[in-house]
Amino acid sequence: MLRFLRNSARKLALAAAFSMSLTSIAAAVELTMYYPVAVGGALTKIVDGLVADFEKENPDIKVNAIYAGNYNDARIKALAALKSGEPAQLSVMFSIDIYELIEQGAIVAFDDLVKTADEKAWLNSFYPALMENGRTQGKTWGIPFQRSTIVMYYNKDAFRAAGLDPENPPATWDELVAAGKKLTKKNGDAVEQWGAMIPSTGYPYWMFGALAMQNGQTLMNGDGNETYFNAPATVEALEFWKSLGSDHGIMPSGTIEWGTLRQNFLEGKTAIMWHSTGNLTTVKNNASFDFGVAMLPAQKRRGTPTGGGNFYIFKDSTDEEKAAALKLIKFLTQPERTGEWSMKTGYLGTRPDAYATSTLQNYVKEFPPAAVARDQLEFATAELSTYQTGRVRKILDDAIQAALTGSKSPAEALGDAQKQADRLLKRYR
Amino acid sequence: MMSVYGWLMFMPAATFLIAFTYYPTVATLAKSFYSQGTALRAAEFVGLENFEYMLDDDVFWQVAWNNVIYAAGTIPISIALAIAMALWVNGRLPLKSIARMAYFTPTILPMIAVANIWLFFYTPDIGLIDQFTRLFGIPSHNWLGDPNTVLGCIIVITIWKEAGFFMIFYLAALQSVSPELEEAAKLEGASRWYFFRRVLFQILMPTTLFVLINAVINSFKLVDQLFILTKGGPDNASSLLLYYIYEVAFSFLDQAYASTLTVVLLAVLALIAIGQFVFLDKRVHYQ
Repeated sequence: MLRFLRNSARKLALAAAFSMSLTSIAAAVELTMYYPVAVGGALTKIVDGLVADFEKENPDIKVNAIYAGNYNDARIKALAALKSGEPAQLSVMFSIDIYELIEQGAIVAFDDLVKTADEKAWLNSFYPALMENGRTQGKTWGIPFQRSTIVMYYNKDAFRAAGLDPENPPATWDELVAAGKKLTKKNGDAVEQWGAMIPSTGYPYWMFGALAMQNGQTLMNGDGNETYFNAPATVEALEFWKSLGSDHGIMPSGTIEWGTLRQNFLEGKTAIMWHSTGNLTTVKNNASFDFGVAMLPAQKRRGTPTGGGNFYIFKDSTDEEKAAALKLIKFLTQPERTGEWSMKTGYLGTRPDAYATSTLQNYVKEFPPAAVARDQLEFATAELSTYQTGRVRKILDDAIQAALTGSKSPAEALGDAQKQADRLLKRYR
Repeated sequence: MMSVYGWLMFMPAATFLIAFTYYPTVATLAKSFYSQGTALRAAEFVGLENFEYMLDDDVFWQVAWNNVIYAAGTIPISIALAIAMALWVNGRLPLKSIARMAYFTPTILPMIAVANIWLFFYTPDIGLIDQFTRLFGIPSHNWLGDPNTVLGCIIVITIWKEAGFFMIFYLAALQSVSPELEEAAKLEGASRWYFFRRVLFQILMPTTLFVLINAVINSFKLVDQLFILTKGGPDNASSLLLYYIYEVAFSFLDQAYASTLTVVLLAVLALIAIGQFVFLDKRVHYQ
């Protein structure tokens, strides 16, 4: 009995001490931030380092940065935390989650938070193409952080072997087909090296956004309640994609796996691949041949969608917390930090002045491919993002795969997709 | 007093069952009659609207049919293989324990890791299968990118993964079979096939029932490989019911419709389980 008493006394004392330490922390502002990692590895360490720097500069703000899996997981975790009343003041989430988050009433517009002229200027300091996915209804809801585009990786050794100029990668669709034909090497029926590969699993809608843009067509409007899947230029873009395999024979027919494509490129099974800039560092470290990085080719114009994650601030937090969250986001998007982040990860520097910093200038000089994604931003457009975005995206993914595998014609597949998307989006117009 | 004691003993298990099994089941059923609520539009009672939508949903019918093929492809073959392997490693065999371990290895490997390996087996051109077929001059095939072969590829992985696990149950059952039976059959001049068909297989019936139930449940439950290999594609050719539920719930964030699909899945599983116990049980002879 005595021991029992002593034990419980000890527990009580512990509990009291614990709650006291909690209140002393609560005196300062405490922020919880979820963030996803889509490309794996050391990224969490980089984020932890950036957050620690911030806390050193702002001792009155404590930040809990919580790694939350991939983009899908991060959204689910953040929304679940909000629903269950757990505090979270800001998050990095998929840039295309914007309509979902607005519909859930989860986020606030940055326009309502910025007060000083300095802050307003900051809001306009990013590349306009990167802001497209963060703006709707005339307001800014997301601030670009870990952002990417699609670029064309090509094997310079294969170009030389095929008698092509390795410093002059294909710049139009026709040149891509012509170069692809020279680059496709056959041994009897078996293909030893394909001309080009565009992945069609995982994120087919993303690759397709590039092809459609190159043909002068966006996939949706700026309000996220209308899609242009059956526009003639969209259908042409899908016909072109399909023809690379079925007519020109420079790409395998059927779908091409996103996950193994990089390995195909590294093993010389394809001379050209379209992939995220996020692969740049890995390809650089593993390619046994001379490789180049170029902008995607043009039909009517050049074009690529942007991709990646934005900062969002949640509605359910106090004004004090919102101000602190804004401070943190501003800190993390300073030119110097953005430059450092870009160099370490391969993601884009999100603002022009980041490329003016000595860090990135030296890096680009040393490794010119790092600048291709930046130069391409001028032609970039928003990634497919609408209300009901998960469903709409899946509808388009299915249509693309149905066309590429030959179970439907491109016009038929996209016509069906548009009908389904219309049905979903009607009530948002 | 004793009954209080009994209830107390019962409490921990009951708490967990109610919190993690019964309550979610009931909540899912209730949710399937409501629309998906958002901040702007609260959830409201819509009766059978979600179920009507489901009957109209082409993707649902496609994944349901895929699941039937998946079950029909995996269950009989993995059970037959399990029996064959169990008979083989039950006999007098040099390095018997190594053979047993080899058969059991696929079971202990995590599915996600395994799927990553199989992804590279199936990859066109650089994959193991294509490298092998190239030796015979067969042109490469896009195994996972062709709607006609992709489901077959998924079935093969599942069989490979499951057969070793089922083998363990058969092996345990075979070990308990008295050797006198075989000796007696030999004296009577029964062939080995006859002995297997009329004696061993009958003795193994309770195990088969158990394995069958597990295999059926697995054919609805085992979808981990889809996340890595195909994400249900191309064009839903390899999507299964549970994967579709995941997509609806976490990618489309439509919990109402996901609940509807879950209710259907639960109903199907319940029907199958009842069917197996009621009809098959009569044909099973317990010793």
